[in-house]
Amino acid sequence: MRITVASGKGGTGKTTIATSLARSLTTKGQVWYVDCDVEAPNGHLFLDPVFTTQAQTSIAIPQIQTDKCTACGICVSVCQFHALAKIGTSILVFPQLCHGCGSCTWNCPEDAIVEIPNPIGVIESGETQDGIHFVRGALTISEPMPTPIIRALKRGITPPETDIVIIDSPPGASCSAVETLRGSDFALLVTEPTPFGLHDLKQILGVVNDMNIPFGVIINRDGVGDNQMDIFLTEKNIPVLLRIPFSRTLATGIAGGRTLVDLQPEYQQLLQDLFHRISTIVSEQTHATINQ
Amino acid sequence: MPPSTSEIKQLVVLSGKGGTGKSSLVAAFAHLSSLDSLDPHTIIVDADVDAANLRLVIQPQESSPTEFWGGSLADIDPELCMGCGDCASVCRYDAVIQQADRKIFQIDPMACDGCAACVYACPQKAISMIQQQEGLWFYSKTPYGDLYDAELFPGKENSGKLVTTIKQRARLCAEENHASLIVVDGPPGIGCPVISACAGANLGLIVTEPSVMGLHDLKRILGVLQHFKIPTVICINKSDLYPEGTRHIEEFASLEGIQILESIPFDEHIPQAMLKGMPITAAFPNSESAKAIRHLWDSVLGLLNREAKKE
Repeated sequence: MRITVASGKGGTGKTTIATSLARSLTTKGQVWYVDCDVEAPNGHLFLDPVFTTQAQTSIAIPQIQTDKCTACGICVSVCQFHALAKIGTSILVFPQLCHGCGSCTWNCPEDAIVEIPNPIGVIESGETQDGIHFVRGALTISEPMPTPIIRALKRGITPPETDIVIIDSPPGASCSAVETLRGSDFALLVTEPTPFGLHDLKQILGVVNDMNIPFGVIINRDGVGDNQMDIFLTEKNIPVLLRIPFSRTLATGIAGGRTLVDLQPEYQQLLQDLFHRISTIVSEQTHATINQ
Repeated sequence: MPPSTSEIKQLVVLSGKGGTGKSSLVAAFAHLSSLDSLDPHTIIVDADVDAANLRLVIQPQESSPTEFWGGSLADIDPELCMGCGDCASVCRYDAVIQQADRKIFQIDPMACDGCAACVYACPQKAISMIQQQEGLWFYSKTPYGDLYDAELFPGKENSGKLVTTIKQRARLCAEENHASLIVVDGPPGIGCPVISACAGANLGLIVTEPSVMGLHDLKRILGVLQHFKIPTVICINKSDLYPEGTRHIEEFASLEGIQILESIPFDEHIPQAMLKGMPITAAFPNSESAKAIRHLWDSVLGLLNREAKKE
C-alpha cells in the first residue's frame, strides 16, 4: 500500500502527518517512510533515523570524444533542452541544462559521445528506533532538477505489496509532485482552512484527478480560517478524513521536531483509524475497477 | 530622466520551507510601498507559479492573461505505430506504455519529459512532438501597484521558464514606468524556479520560522543565495512560537555573519487579514505583526539604497 502525503501549498503539515502516520502504524506491519521533498527534506528531523547507506544520484550527461567528433551538430539539433552548443568546430556541453535523456548519444553518427555521471544529489537510507525503513533524497544546493532524484528514490525501493509505504511529497502541483504521486494507491491531501489553503488544494486536486488516484483530505490547523473549505469539500463530495484543531501547544511541539503521536498519544488511534479508512477506500476502488 | 536598468533594484523573498509567510509579507510590502509618496511605483512579481496566492491578498482590479507555451511532449500516431517498442527501449522516464489489448504503444503525458529520444528512435516516424500550453501569465493592476503572476496548469513542468518570463515582463514594465524596485515573492524549495526567481536579485530576504524544519531549510536556501553571491538578510516569522528555535536561528545567523533584520511575532491577525483578502498592514495596521513588518520594510529599503550607493 503506497500512500502519498501531498498538498498544493507549502507548510500545511505534510511532514507532520507523514511522519506521525508512519510512527503510528509500526504495530500494523512493515512501515516505510520515503521523503520525496528532496529540495527541503525534513522527515529525519521527526523520525531520527540512523542512516546506514548513502549513494550519489547522478544524471548521465554527454562527454564529447574530441578525437571522434566531426562537429556535424546532430547532437545539438536533437537536444530539446539546449544543453549542447556548437562553437566553431567544437561541441560544448552545459551540464545544468542536460536532462540525461541519452538522445545525443544514440543519434551521434560517429559514436563520439560517452555518458558520464553528473552528481545532482544523494539518497540515504536507514532505520528508525521503532523499526521504520527510512529513505530520503536530497538535491545538492544550486542544482536545478529535483525530479531525477525523486525518480531514482522511488525506483530504488521495492517493498512487498503488503508493506505500508508513506511517501512525503514536495509542495506544489507541478512535475516533482506528479513524479512523487505516480504509482500511489492513495493521495492524502493536507490543507488548511484559509484562502491560500483552498486555492492550492484545488491545484493538487487537478493533478490527482488527472492521474486517477483515489484521495482524501486532512484539514490541519482547523479553526484558523473560515468555512469556505468545508463548503467547497461538501459541494465536491470530498471526504474529510481527519481534522487537526489548531493549538499553540501542538504548533510549538511540532516546531521542536516531535510528531503528533509523541505530543498527544490519542493521535496513534486516530491515525490508525485513518489508515483503515484509506485501506477500505483503496480496496473498494480496486474492486470497482476490476468489475468495470 | 528615467532610471537605467541598473538602477532598478530587485528584492527576492524566499524561505526554503513552504508556508513560512512569504506571500503575506510581500503583500504587506506592496501595500507599504504604495503609501510612499516619494516612490509610489514598486512592481510585484509572484514567482510561485505553482501555487500563486499573492493575488488573493492584493486583489487585482483588472487582469490581462497571456498564454504560456512551454516545452513539447511526444505523441504516437496509432495508425503508424507497428508495436516494435524501440520508443520504450530508449525512454528513460517510463513514459512509453504498451496498450493492454493492442500491440501498439502510447505516451503517458504525465511522465514524458519532452526529450524526443523516441521521435528519433521510431523507425516508422510515428512519433511527433506537440508543444504544450503550460499555463497563463497575468499582468494586473492592483490597489498597491502592478502585479505580474502566473498560473501553471496542474501537473505541468515547473521549469523556471515561466518565472523568467514574468520577471522579464516586470523589468520592462519597471523601465517604462520609472519604477525603482521589483519585489519577487519566491517559490518554496531550492530548485529550478527558485534559481530563476533569484536571478539578478540585489538582495535576498529569507523568511524563516523558529522550528527544526525552518532552520534546516534556511541553511539550504542560504546556500543557494550564497552560491549566486546575493547579499542576504533574514526575518524570523512567528518568532515567539518556539523560543528555542529562535535562539538556534540567531546562533546560526551570527555564525554565518547574516543579519536578522526583524522578528515578527505569531499573530492571529495574519490569517484574519488573509480572510479579508487584504495585506496585514492595511487590514490591521495597529497589530503587532504589522508594526514589525513596517519596521522591516524600512530596514529593507535602507539596505537596498545602501547597495545602490555602493555601485
